Amino acid sequence: MEFFIVSTIKALLVFFVLMTTLAYLQWVERKVIAHIQLRQGPYRVGPHGLLQPLADVIKLITKEGIVPPHVNKFFYFLAPIIAVSMSLIAISVIPFGGEIEVFGITTHMQLTDLNIGLLLVLALASMGTYGIALAGWASNNKYSLLGGLRSSAQMVSYELPLSLAIASPLLLLNTLSLREMVTQQEGFMLGFLPNWTIFQGPAPQLVGMVLFLIAAFAETNRIPFDLPEAETELVAGFHAEYSSMKFAAFFMAEYSNMLTAAAVTTTVFLGGWLPALPGMAGDLIAPAVFATGGAVCLYHGLNPARKRDKYTLPVFALVFFGLAALFLAPPLKDIAMPLFWFGAKTGALLFVFIWIRGTLPRFRYDQLMGFCWKFLFPVAVLHLLATALLVALAG
Amino acid sequence: MDLILFLAFAAIAVICALSVVLQTHPIASALSLVGVMGALSVLYLLLGAEFIAMVQVIVYAGAVMVLFVFVIMLLNADAESPRSTSAMAKALGLPIFLAFAAVLALAVLRLFPDTPLVRFGEFTGGGPADVGMALFTRYLLPFEVISVLILIAIVGAVVLARKEID
Repeated sequence: MEFFIVSTIKALLVFFVLMTTLAYLQWVERKVIAHIQLRQGPYRVGPHGLLQPLADVIKLITKEGIVPPHVNKFFYFLAPIIAVSMSLIAISVIPFGGEIEVFGITTHMQLTDLNIGLLLVLALASMGTYGIALAGWASNNKYSLLGGLRSSAQMVSYELPLSLAIASPLLLLNTLSLREMVTQQEGFMLGFLPNWTIFQGPAPQLVGMVLFLIAAFAETNRIPFDLPEAETELVAGFHAEYSSMKFAAFFMAEYSNMLTAAAVTTTVFLGGWLPALPGMAGDLIAPAVFATGGAVCLYHGLNPARKRDKYTLPVFALVFFGLAALFLAPPLKDIAMPLFWFGAKTGALLFVFIWIRGTLPRFRYDQLMGFCWKFLFPVAVLHLLATALLVALAG
Repeated sequence: MDLILFLAFAAIAVICALSVVLQTHPIASALSLVGVMGALSVLYLLLGAEFIAMVQVIVYAGAVMVLFVFVIMLLNADAESPRSTSAMAKALGLPIFLAFAAVLALAVLRLFPDTPLVRFGEFTGGGPADVGMALFTRYLLPFEVISVLILIAIVGAVVLARKEID
């Protein structure tokens, strides 16, 4: 019974945090791309557009859901359900932290730890293809169909380098359970270099991580591989005929896939929730970051550039100082510290996703396939063989 | 608990399998087949073969069937119109099918007269490490032979496709 209650609470908590993260990820993406392109991005709803995600959600819910008359109804409604459920389930095996004790109950900061966790993520990713392919086909629209076809061909092709790239760190870690993977990466080499798979001997996986990230871009349909929804040629691709919540489901699926890809990369290659620096330095970075944020807010509050800043910025400073204090108080520290490191690494990877979207143009379709089969796949195979050889030589 | 799960997913597998045959649209049939594979992978999980269950989903449901769906979509196949079947097929189809099923059931009962029931959680040798050990020690020869066979199939496909292009 206790297991059931704890699991329910954890699931609800993760669900709400995940939903908020997904909504704000979109805000972050719009802001970052706006600044890359020398624009300001969302600015009207709330301070710096911070309430924009909320407004978007309200807009999407209250919009009229149009069902075009020519669609195949059953599959038309099934497609977004498949897409969003497959991408949300994957988060259940991601570990956010180690073992913690709350109100006398010891539990892991992870929904469930499967001994085939990584395979489950890969399986869900491949099942998610059906959502997009079906949406394209059921819409009964040639642009949508082209989008759906492109996506299934692309995802089937890029699954190979993706699986091969993630197989090589598994040779070092010897497990498929995501929690054990992180515990395998504990400790430091030479006293300062963390024992993560990208640094770990005998075969550092830096190349593997780059290969995995490239394939993950294609799997999540992100620029430069977003051919299934290339708006210049296909209107909106596979989701051209979808509106209101059904469109929101695809949107959520895309961001959730991105989050899963970043979280899996963090767990497999970057040591999950483990700190990047040993001992005291690692413990002090988190409060230092937040305290600096608070100090900057306080400074600008005391020298206000605008009238309102005198009142708003000190409040933000207080929030930042409060967060910094969170990392120093002993009972909360054990929960906050892993979350900080996990969030920092995943956030950095998500920033790379957004950064690349703001930088690179879209590939042509034949370039996309040629890149996968003629470059990425052979390199991934060679990398796996080299890793296997090094691991075998090291015994 | 495991009996309920087994019955539920066995029922889903059978219903989806019937749907594969009965649907008129090729896409609907293909997706029903995905349903069969998903249900089968849950049955593998119940038997304790976690690795096989996930591989079933990744390879069959996730890769092979995506290609099937891709090809059906590419050919733009429409729903089949029901063709008029011969009177003999209508009259004899079901009895012959039932007779065949009965013979199969009888054969299974004769061959394995008193097999003990499988219990949930009893078998624990289905992890990735166990499967890997089995593949590379006891079943090494069949494993390698199959990989050569697949290589031949790939080369054959390339040769056939080449002819079409030239």
